[in-house]
Amino acid sequence: MNLINIEQLTLSYGNVIALKNVSMEINRGEVVTIVGPNGSGKTSLLKAIIGAVHPVEGSISVKPGLKIGYVPQRLNLDPTLPISVGRFMRLTERLDRSTCESYLKKAGVVGLIDQQMSELSGGQFQRVLLARALLGNPDILILDEATQGLDQPGSADFYRQIEEVRKSTGCAVLMISHDLHVVMSSSDRVICLNGHICCCGTPESVIATPEYQELFGSGAGGALALYRHSHDHAHDHSAENSKAIN
Amino acid sequence: MLDDFMTRALLAGIGLALVSAPLGCFVVWRRMAYFGDATAHAAMLGVALSLAIQTDVFFGALIFAIIMAWITTQLSGRNYSMDTLLGVFSHSFLAVGLVIVSFLSGVRIDLMAYLFGDILAVSKSDLSIIWSGTLVVLGLLTWRWKALFLSTLNEQLAYASGFNPTREQLILTISLGITVAVSIKIVGVLLITAMLIIPAAAAGNLVRNPEIMVFSAGVISCISVLLGLRASYIFDTPPGPTIVCIALSIFVLVNLFTALRKLSF
Repeated sequence: MNLINIEQLTLSYGNVIALKNVSMEINRGEVVTIVGPNGSGKTSLLKAIIGAVHPVEGSISVKPGLKIGYVPQRLNLDPTLPISVGRFMRLTERLDRSTCESYLKKAGVVGLIDQQMSELSGGQFQRVLLARALLGNPDILILDEATQGLDQPGSADFYRQIEEVRKSTGCAVLMISHDLHVVMSSSDRVICLNGHICCCGTPESVIATPEYQELFGSGAGGALALYRHSHDHAHDHSAENSKAIN
Repeated sequence: MLDDFMTRALLAGIGLALVSAPLGCFVVWRRMAYFGDATAHAAMLGVALSLAIQTDVFFGALIFAIIMAWITTQLSGRNYSMDTLLGVFSHSFLAVGLVIVSFLSGVRIDLMAYLFGDILAVSKSDLSIIWSGTLVVLGLLTWRWKALFLSTLNEQLAYASGFNPTREQLILTISLGITVAVSIKIVGVLLITAMLIIPAAAAGNLVRNPEIMVFSAGVISCISVLLGLRASYIFDTPPGPTIVCIALSIFVLVNLFTALRKLSF
């Protein structure tokens, strides 16, 4: 049986429909990426899978005893909330120190077990969240825009880590992402959402669809333009500086 | 032993300290400071109505504290933000309460006792109510600790671990209602939030793990009660505010200490 089966799912908040008629499944060991513009229902879909919102219509069925490892976007860490990495790892399960360390190592962080969570860098922080999600060896990892706040190389590193985890544990991965180019290459399947499923399939086939082009084509071009612009700007700026020095 | 008013005051104060420390940590972590304040103000309406029908103020305060919390969680995000709603209801409830009290003829009511509390006037039956409330809240928080803490860190994470953050929020709200209700006689409406926040805020600076923060907040609360009562006896000052002043002094000292420690590194 598939890990997760979603049939004709409709979700709404009050009168606002967030998702309509979504059907999809996730198989053992596959990497599925959800892309879509803001407000397209990506997060709502994940929330429905973990049971945080209930379907108005349709159904979500999961394999009996399915273990989910959830990696949130961020934590609400008030400055007055002291918590060490080790304590965070032990929030829901009793673990000895060496087990904790082995999971942290799997997620690519070593020697941080006694650090405060608030003292970690963005990349380290996300890896600790990943390490905690790996506890109990889940059948599927679910990541909600886990690289938000990381720079491009940082998120590329993080996705490589996920890839490694998948290889070593064989778990399935379901993730939402904005970093299209980075994610596309490592996904088995891409689902493009915009209130409903616009298109889905292998990364190459999705990129080629007119629906995807319409949603992201101009956006991707815009990002490139922005990059060029800032590059030009930095160049001009340094030229001005050198003039000033002369 | 309980016949001595100072002993009763001390026991009441320790009861409050034990319950306000862990709850205060959650209030600080979840940034609910204003929420606690609003609940306390709203409880005044409950106090007034209880006096009008001549029952114990505890239940009136409890009911209105919970009503207030319930209204704001239900209504927020629709037309007004939580902040605005809290402002509207807390001060209106307080005002309506004060107006109702002014209509009560025949009974001479010392409202100051409910605004600032009068820990020296705590009776044996008050003491049993305070300690029952304390034990109920401590029981609730211990029982739900893991779920509450996870929901505080991230709601989705809590859902994925099989907890229901909405229910945990309700448990916290009810605990806050009970705490406000039992502490009205001790420190009064205006100082309840202080006893929730100040010890927790002071403790947060000192420690590195959440459970130790709760424990330290408890110790700071108890010290504030002990020293505060002693100081109010010696200097003949009102006990509730004196307790809060001691807590504030500890907060300032802790912050000076941590600032110095950072400098020396």
